[in-house]
Amino acid sequence: MTRPELLRVEGITKAYPGVVANSDVSFSIGEGEIHALLGENGAGKSTMVKMIYGLVRPDSGQMTLRGTAYQPAKPADARRLGVAMVFQHFSLFEALNVAENVALGMESPPPMRELAAKIRAVSEEYGLPLDPSRMVGDLSAGERQRVEIIRCLLQDPKLLIMDEPTSVLTPQEVEILFRTLRQLSREGTAILYISHKLEEIKTLCDEATILRRGRVVATCTPREKTAREMAELMVGSALKTPERRQAAKGDVALGVSDLSVASPIPFGTSLKGVSFTVAKGEVLGIAGVAGNGQDELLLALSGELQAAPDKVRVAGQPVGDRGPVDRRRAGLVAAPEDRYGHAAAADMTLVENAFLTAAVRKGLTRNGFVDWAGTRKFTEEIIAEYDVRTPGPDVAARALSGGNLQKFLMGRELMQGASVIVINQPTWGVDAAAAAQIRQSILDRAGEGAAVVVISQDLDELLEVSDTFAVLNEGRLTRPRPTEGLTMDEIGLMMGGAHGMEVAHHVG
Amino acid sequence: MLRLEKRPTPSRFWLYATPPAAVILTMIAGGTLFAAMGKAPLEVIRTIFWDPIFGEFAFYLRGQLLVKAGPLILIAIGLALGFRAGIWNIGAEGQYIMGAIFGASVGLAVFPTESRWIFSVMVVSGAFGGWVWAMIPAILKTRFNTNEILVSLMLVYVAETILAKASTGFLKNPEGMGFPGSRNFSSYPAARNDFIYEPLGLHWGGVAALVTAVLAFILLTRHQVGFQIRLAGQAPRAARFHGINPARLVVLCMGISGALAGMAGLFEVTGPAGQISIDFNTGYGFTAIIVAFLGRLNPLGIVLAGFLMALTYVGGEMASTNLGLPDAAIQVFQGMLLFFLLAVDVLTNYRFRLAVGARA
Repeated sequence: MTRPELLRVEGITKAYPGVVANSDVSFSIGEGEIHALLGENGAGKSTMVKMIYGLVRPDSGQMTLRGTAYQPAKPADARRLGVAMVFQHFSLFEALNVAENVALGMESPPPMRELAAKIRAVSEEYGLPLDPSRMVGDLSAGERQRVEIIRCLLQDPKLLIMDEPTSVLTPQEVEILFRTLRQLSREGTAILYISHKLEEIKTLCDEATILRRGRVVATCTPREKTAREMAELMVGSALKTPERRQAAKGDVALGVSDLSVASPIPFGTSLKGVSFTVAKGEVLGIAGVAGNGQDELLLALSGELQAAPDKVRVAGQPVGDRGPVDRRRAGLVAAPEDRYGHAAAADMTLVENAFLTAAVRKGLTRNGFVDWAGTRKFTEEIIAEYDVRTPGPDVAARALSGGNLQKFLMGRELMQGASVIVINQPTWGVDAAAAAQIRQSILDRAGEGAAVVVISQDLDELLEVSDTFAVLNEGRLTRPRPTEGLTMDEIGLMMGGAHGMEVAHHVG
Repeated sequence: MLRLEKRPTPSRFWLYATPPAAVILTMIAGGTLFAAMGKAPLEVIRTIFWDPIFGEFAFYLRGQLLVKAGPLILIAIGLALGFRAGIWNIGAEGQYIMGAIFGASVGLAVFPTESRWIFSVMVVSGAFGGWVWAMIPAILKTRFNTNEILVSLMLVYVAETILAKASTGFLKNPEGMGFPGSRNFSSYPAARNDFIYEPLGLHWGGVAALVTAVLAFILLTRHQVGFQIRLAGQAPRAARFHGINPARLVVLCMGISGALAGMAGLFEVTGPAGQISIDFNTGYGFTAIIVAFLGRLNPLGIVLAGFLMALTYVGGEMASTNLGLPDAAIQVFQGMLLFFLLAVDVLTNYRFRLAVGARA
């Protein structure tokens, strides 16, 4: 089927100081086509779509929309010409309701009552259940995304750009989203779909443009390729699957029983009666849509949030009321998700950041004085072992790219010889090769007898590394089950199915 | 068009070049101000910056430099520790006053006993007085999450009222023929803060300031607590992850800065000032804030900054007596220093770039 051309991108180049984000990128999208823009983190996908949406201006090259030159100076221009975008990170006000949030994004919003009716109409038409009078702060991530999508659909777009839309969704919600996108496509709206999840692209997209280091390396029809072929095009080399060293499961190393803590984060999710145990040599994978208590669980395990002593036990020793220092001493290390400002101090050097968590277990203090020479040595070991690309150990953490800093921070925790390791989002923002390496080291540590908890939103990652699998849903943890033999459907149900479907029935 | 761009790593060059650049800019702007007031700008600047060190009366004025710099340095170092940790003690002036009152009270209570222990006990009481006064905002902050900036600042005015009460009431000199003010410590040798080496203006306060600077430098660069102070200021969440109890850090930093300010007050009241009087405090506690920033919150930088600020005090006084420059003009001049420092400071973390009109 040949479609009339909607958008053509020709020879687009965009450079930032020190990095070329896009170099001579060309592709075209037909009307009603679902087109995938595929690539690793840092391949230039986001920059490309920001140029299409008018947020960034290309250095050279041109774009045409329906045959006429297209140079949006700002997103409002793009929207006027029928280009809409749903961002990976939502821009919603939690203290306002759905309709108010939608109104804020419009140039001349209609009266609230009318708008609410419109939102209801669109949400029914496209099977995106949403109640316009609900507070955004009370919505799940999937529902928030619907707010963003409906906000776009109200503009009746010709091209809808979606940046990594499924990273916050349960499998069932992904199904709903795909149904909506296919319906839009049938009605003639083109969709530019950015992702690195290959199975999704195979099921959804008509065409794919694959970017690597800012250049187009291939175009293909996803249905005709295997996921592995596309992955290798994306990475540019053959992929290595981590290998698992089977360790005999030992005694319980980490025990958590009936742990409930209030969230310190506004609109955060409190933990409610979380219980699990992890044995020596075992990897427990904890899945869940973002914002279901992952950050709180990490804080409660690292010792930043405290509870009654026996709620958290490391090797049988109650540490629930102890802070991070005592827990590290007891053998537990933790790696938070947020790199800048939580796991690391952005303005401090790598050496100082190494001291940040390794002081206790690596014995880097003498009578309260810091052993900087020893810390530097440990830093250099991490840099060598984890292939951290940095000019040296004395640069500020913020000077490293996100992926490189993540490698450094993973190395910092994994090289402390801890008996319990807790990691939130181990490979977030890291390229595929480095991600494979990090997963391999997690498995290696487990092989050496460490108990590991991996909290992640990447289901594929969890299925790859974990022995047991549980889901965190609205602050509650499901009973951990052996990973082997779990189906996607079962996982989806553990994740609470599709959020907010009940509401749909009320609306209907 | 010029555009500010964040540097990937802070510029080492500008970190150290900022203070001299600020001084030069202050001289230029200050000179313009003096010219507008009808004074010869070069002469005023020479009077302020040159004469106290190399001029006719330098033999006396040089000593005055350390006398003035001592308390500034001592207070500023305490403040800098807190500022590094993101704890904003603005009320050092009040802690300075309370330190003086506490310390002086102890000395006056045992008057006229002669013992070599008296002065040491007074120094400790002075530090205690400042510490107590700083604990009020610290505990209110940790218990009720009040803002330490407001509370510590307002406590300055409470301290000033107590000072007035002390000099007209409970510490008034019984032999003072009704004049406000306490006994003069210059006539009480056991409690007197004598010069150790007069030509340099070195008294115990100066010794304490210089020793504290070295200790604080070691604390910040080599000690775990120093690391925690810096970490808490730069990344509060990372500090909690490291295992720092924020409340304990507030109490520690407020306590150190209060105690040092109180000690400075004691050295001043028993030395250069000589007695508790209504107008005993001269704003050292506030000026120390400028000194702390001028010294890049670095103890060694603060020593230099303290001398520079003392120079503007001593030289400014000269300028006002010799050239008839109003005090307010001198204060504006000192204020400019902080203003330009903060302005030039942007260059440490940012750089200017010519923005090329990006058009496709």
